[in-house]
Amino acid sequence: MSERGQQTGLGRAFVRSPKALISATGALVLIAAAYLAPFIAPHTPFELGSFSLMDSELPPAFLPGGDPRFLLGTDMQGRDVFSAILFGTRISLTVGIAAVLFSAAVGTLIGLLAGFRGGLVDAVLMRVADVILSFPTILIALLISGVARTLFPLATSGTAAILVLIFAISINEWTQYARTVRGQTLVEKGLDYVQAARISGVGESAILRRHILPNVLSPVIVIATINLALAVLAEATLSFLGVGMPPTSPSLGTLIRIGNENLFSGIWWVVVFPAAALVLLVLCVNLFGDWLRDALNPRLD
Amino acid sequence: MNRTIFLPVAFAAVLATGAASAETLRWANDGDVLTLDPYAHTESFTASFLHHIYEPLMRRDADLKFEPALATSWELVEPTRARFTLREGVTFQNGNPFTADDVVASVERLIHPDARARGNLSSVASAEKVDDLTVDLVLKEPSPLLLNDLSGVYIMDKEWMEEHDALLPGNTSTGAVTYASDHANGTGPFMLDSRTPDAKTVLKANPDWWDEPQHNIDTIEFTPIGSDATRVAALLSGEVDVITPAPLQDTQRLEAADGVEVLQNPSLRTIMLGLNHGDDELDAAPGTGVNPTKDVRVREALWRAIDMDAIVAKVMRGKARVAALMIAPPITGYVAEDDVKPAFDPQKAKDLLAEAGFGDGFTMGLDCPNDRYVNDEEICLAIASMWKAIGVDVKLTAQTKGNHFPKVDKGETDAYMIGWATLPAMDGYSPLRAMLATRDGDMGGNNPNGYSNPRMDELAVASGSEIDEEKRLAMISEAMRIARDDIAFIPLHQQPLSWAASDNVELIQFPDNYFRAWHYKVN
Amino acid sequence: MIGFIVRRLAQALVVMAAIALISFLMFRYVGDPVAVMAREDASVTERQELREKLGLDRPVVVQFVDFIGRVVQGDLGISYRNQRPVADLIKERLPATLELVMMATLLSLAIGIPLGVITAVNRTGWLPTLVQSVSLVGISVPTFVTGIMLILVFAVTLRWLPSFGRGDTVQIGWWTTGLLTISGLKALILPSLTLALYQMTLIMRLVRAEMIEVLSSDYVRFARARGLPARMIHYKLALKNALMPVITITGMQIGGLIAFAVVTETVFQWPGLGLLFIQAVSFADVPVMAAYLLLVGLLFVVLNALVDIAYLVLDPRLRTRAS
Repeated sequence: MSERGQQTGLGRAFVRSPKALISATGALVLIAAAYLAPFIAPHTPFELGSFSLMDSELPPAFLPGGDPRFLLGTDMQGRDVFSAILFGTRISLTVGIAAVLFSAAVGTLIGLLAGFRGGLVDAVLMRVADVILSFPTILIALLISGVARTLFPLATSGTAAILVLIFAISINEWTQYARTVRGQTLVEKGLDYVQAARISGVGESAILRRHILPNVLSPVIVIATINLALAVLAEATLSFLGVGMPPTSPSLGTLIRIGNENLFSGIWWVVVFPAAALVLLVLCVNLFGDWLRDALNPRLD
Repeated sequence: MNRTIFLPVAFAAVLATGAASAETLRWANDGDVLTLDPYAHTESFTASFLHHIYEPLMRRDADLKFEPALATSWELVEPTRARFTLREGVTFQNGNPFTADDVVASVERLIHPDARARGNLSSVASAEKVDDLTVDLVLKEPSPLLLNDLSGVYIMDKEWMEEHDALLPGNTSTGAVTYASDHANGTGPFMLDSRTPDAKTVLKANPDWWDEPQHNIDTIEFTPIGSDATRVAALLSGEVDVITPAPLQDTQRLEAADGVEVLQNPSLRTIMLGLNHGDDELDAAPGTGVNPTKDVRVREALWRAIDMDAIVAKVMRGKARVAALMIAPPITGYVAEDDVKPAFDPQKAKDLLAEAGFGDGFTMGLDCPNDRYVNDEEICLAIASMWKAIGVDVKLTAQTKGNHFPKVDKGETDAYMIGWATLPAMDGYSPLRAMLATRDGDMGGNNPNGYSNPRMDELAVASGSEIDEEKRLAMISEAMRIARDDIAFIPLHQQPLSWAASDNVELIQFPDNYFRAWHYKVN
Repeated sequence: MIGFIVRRLAQALVVMAAIALISFLMFRYVGDPVAVMAREDASVTERQELREKLGLDRPVVVQFVDFIGRVVQGDLGISYRNQRPVADLIKERLPATLELVMMATLLSLAIGIPLGVITAVNRTGWLPTLVQSVSLVGISVPTFVTGIMLILVFAVTLRWLPSFGRGDTVQIGWWTTGLLTISGLKALILPSLTLALYQMTLIMRLVRAEMIEVLSSDYVRFARARGLPARMIHYKLALKNALMPVITITGMQIGGLIAFAVVTETVFQWPGLGLLFIQAVSFADVPVMAAYLLLVGLLFVVLNALVDIAYLVLDPRLRTRAS
């Protein structure tokens, strides 16, 4: 199948699959809502001074005692839960997407190098991957954010915390891409057309770019989609453990952590809505990734 | 708020008193007992737990006054020599008799350089046996707080320590561990039955206790449960009888549950904000070349901008007591007339800032722990928002205590949250010496941001060895007044103690947050 | 083949050394034990003494060499938090975590494999669609939410199962087990289910994918053509072939489960290694943190090496390539 043929095939399959349509639409709506938060959110919940303790713990607007200003109610500080979810989703997504892009880029590059060069480069890179793989994401991220906080005292402020989280999550995830890409590269490298290109004097980087990279991309895309869901969850778990986003610029995980402390207090809306938003987001991404995996059907290592 | 609220409040029993024997008290706390070795820790919860097994020479009664325990009387024979007459006929839980040798061995073990808790008895130079039931403590200098310190010194059995090679405390650096860290043998109302760290520690009533038992508890089953939600769930599902602490936000749900009662009283712990008095510019605003908080008007503005009533009502669910002094009412040195703070007044605060030349506001940092005090992170978030309202741009950092306190100690903060309970001494000398005196090797260990007032330093030195109690109290009260007027710290409130229990348990809650099961009953 | 194993083990050693270095260096920066250990009103001198006593005033390199020297001799040091030997602490907690992880693994295999087969054999219809959708929800809900929901339903509302701890345990040598008492088994249900949920979904999806592939292979078609009963084709022929990667992934995931147990153990107050680690983090208890990471690293390296070796033994094609 030609490149173009594969693409139109994918497009047709997409239109025909209700699963793909629903999940992609869901994910797109959530992503759009998150990134348009500054325009559609009725409040700016993370702007200190813009909320008041006097508005705290109001139930959702559609329940008795609710205030029409706050659609999904307010939290303990008087912040609008609906706006907090929009801004929180934006942070969760930013961390997730950036971590996936970063780790996919680094992992693919390392995988190509290791697979193509082989020998010592391969052995060293793969052992490094082993070391990193032996630290589970959560542990490594716990440590990195701890170190960052001590080395850069301002790392706990919003922007710096995002960078720390992105780094902490990607440092573990790139190994997966590297291993898969390496395996695929090894296979491609042995194929006749690559050998032929080599003999005819085509440069190494050109071979990698033109012949091998396109062929390893589909597993990379599938892993990336699944990892986006994982990265969003990892961020949530870290924030839940208290080492993620600070309460002044909370992600969905931070909102759930704060809400969880109020689990028995009767103000269920501060934990149920953010948790629902998180599950919905991850579910859509997972569904889409699932469909993509079936559609592209790559060999995954 | 009036003073009576600080008196221990007896827990009303709903059910009729049942059989007085074989009662079990199942108790869950948010952290485990660190160690069973009474000299190897500096944590007040562990001290509270070990008080069931071990006892001091004098203990605190139900009103937190000193009462004789292992010593029946004491006197100062010289300004630096205190004599204690020991109780006769007391035995340790292994059957050994209690004598002066045990007191001497215990004091020597505690003041040994390797003992983690040796700072708790820093005024004592040595202990000398006079006869089997009389002991002298030799002091480095006259010490008005000797009894306060001794009430936290638990007496161990010399023969038992010898037998198990535990005469010296453990030492982390040499790797020396001691038998006493997971075994215990005291004279107290309960004795150790079994212990699995982080899972369960079981105590049994001591049938040979020297005192008349007021409790009817046969067994205490202690479990640490760190997660708030799980701890509350364990009480609601009837798996435990008492939880300490009960999260404030769950009060309503707990009170609504069948057969569950909530106990809440102000504690001794005053929560306050430290400020930057020494640096030439604020840590969160490098390059500005100016430190606004050096100006007392700015400090007053910051204080006046905090709406404590709103914080108490909303964040603390009405359960905290607003403070203007650094010490709580039950602590010696407290004067009620002085406990008056500048009123909440955002407009006045803005005026003060303008007067000081910061009418356009400024940037400063606010550092908070997120796992140390009751709703610490939420309080800081509310304050940051209130300061923002008068034009102060706050960089808020909330992090785990293991990162927060080192940062504070290094003086890298502008404003930071700290709580002070003055335990175990319960005396105003503690914040005077540690937080208000100018920092040097000995004094001002918790004054990292350069607060310095010569009169304060005089008072700290003089009150440290003043034996005349009236004069000493006057000095401490003066120091607390100066601290308030200088706005050395911004006191916020005394945080509440919050416990919950099933209603067949009769508890007394003490302001020092000690659990004293020998006063409790299970019906 | 022996040469391969030796080489693999040598690599494992290098990896371990790297893990030790990284974990040690990191802990230098995760909090300051002195601030947590000293008395509340300790003076500057008192703090400095404590710092010296703990050896924290020495250069980091000296501390690391000292640390490795002791670890090689089997001495993991003394916990700052409660001054007990770290080796004892780990020995006490290890059984709890291993029993939890083992039960979670069994659960995920016992439920994941049949579900995987069912959804692979019947690719259309409401049942497989339902299972597939539920499984996706399963991996989309964070562990901490699942755990708390289970507690709310089964401990607080229904009061069927305990909300925390291990229940009664029985001591066998130094190993404490909760598997021999009723309360111990009951206490194991909620935490192991929470921990297993993600793994279960993973295994189900893996089995399904492998089964679909195997079912479309020539020899299955051939078996079908020969008229072998469907049950025999699905479970004897196809599943057997699909299980190899499942075993590999399960083996490699055990290390991940131990790490993820940190969250589960926190929620259920399960007295295992994860809880020990989280407490050590909040107390800046460096010796315990370092030992925990070394242990988790060791488990990973050993499991990885075992999986490689198992492949070698099981798959003759690889054997010839390796030698």
